[in-house]
Parts: sequence; C-alpha cells; structure tokens
Amino acid sequence: MPKEQKVGCARPTGGVVGEAPSADSGEKTTPAKQEMKPMVQVGKKAPDFTAPCYYQGKFASVQLSEYLGKWVVLCFYPGDFTFV
Amino acid sequence: MSVDSAFVHKMWVDHELSKMVTSGTVPFPMLSDGGGKVGQVFGVYDADGGVDVRGRFIIDPDGVIQGFEVLTPPVGRNVAESLRQIAAFQLVRESKGTQATPSGWRPGKKVLTPGEDLVGNVWKEWKVGMAFD
Repeated sequence: MPKEQKVGCARPTGGVVGEAPSADSGEKTTPAKQEMKPMVQVGKKAPDFTAPCYYQGKFASVQLSEYLGKWVVLCFYPGDFTFV
Repeated sequence: MSVDSAFVHKMWVDHELSKMVTSGTVPFPMLSDGGGKVGQVFGVYDADGGVDVRGRFIIDPDGVIQGFEVLTPPVGRNVAESLRQIAAFQLVRESKGTQATPSGWRPGKKVLTPGEDLVGNVWKEWKVGMAFD
C-alpha cells in the first residue's frame, strides 16, 4: 500500500522491480537481449515496479506487488493537464 | 501513471481534477513514471514523444495480466467497457474457469459452459444479435 515519503527538492523516481540476473548463467547475453523490452502478455504476470505517487493529499510510493489479492486497473496516460 | 512528477499530479488535482470529481479528490494513487521506465516494460512508452501513451491493464489478484488496451493519445477510453471486462474476468475466475462470457456479454446476460456438448452447438446457445443487444 502507498507509503508516505519525505518531500525533498529531488524529483523522486521509481523503477522496475525484477529478479536479479543469475550470476552462474553461462550464457552470454547478446546486446539485443540487454535492451529494455516490453515483457507484457495476457495470461502472464505483470512486471512488478515501484513508483512515486500522489494519493489523498500526500506524496507516497507504491509497489504493484503490494496489491496482490486485489484486482488492479493500471492506466497510463500521456500527461497531466492533457484533455482526453 | 504518467511521466509527470507527483508534484505535477498534485497541481493537476488542486487546479483541475478537484473541480471535476464530486469527492473533490482522486480516489486512487496517481503514479509517476519519470523517464518512462515502467511504460517501456509495459510496451506503452513512446520514446519519440517522451510520454506513456494511453494504455490500460487489468491485473487479477494473482498479479496476472488478463487484458489490456492501448490507444494513441487523442482518443479517450471507454470506462464502462473496462468495467464490463473486469466483471467478466471476475465471473470466469469465480467459476474457476468453468464458465465463459461470449461476445456482447454484460452482467446478467447468458454465459457459456465450455465442454464437449458445446462443440458445434454454440449456434443454439448464442445468437449474433446478442453481440449487439
């Protein structure tokens, strides 16, 4: 659930939460594989992430996996103060 | 979630959204995706525009994506259709996959029970008009 965060001058950012790459994997990854590729598919797990947020008058941080057990609608949109 | 900072989200709520919603506050967390990192992984980041396009993902209680829709910015979503899809996915989940919702299904309308008896017999159970009524 959203956790309160201190408001500072730096712009807070989040990132994708994923499993650390296994060190003992002998395979050499090609440069193409190292790119951030979309990994979404219906019927597959949603990639976990953390993100700063504004919620009920407070600045906070959320992690998608904290909502396991609930239905979630995740909406992306081009920007605040846009018109649609 | 957009590439705007949470501070800009606050300004948007204070100056505009609070005048649009009856509660005066947005009832869900407004997420910030600086740099579009999360949007990239979900396949909705437009690197040319530097923004996340209009993507909507329905994620079930196990964290599994059941459906998504992605639109270019000028066309808005149909929230009623998203709610209909959530109701359908919830019905299927509650039936433990024994029921399916045919085209045009809305809450209260007929569901199908997939199985041997239904093969070749959907025409008896479901009419084309049911996709539109």
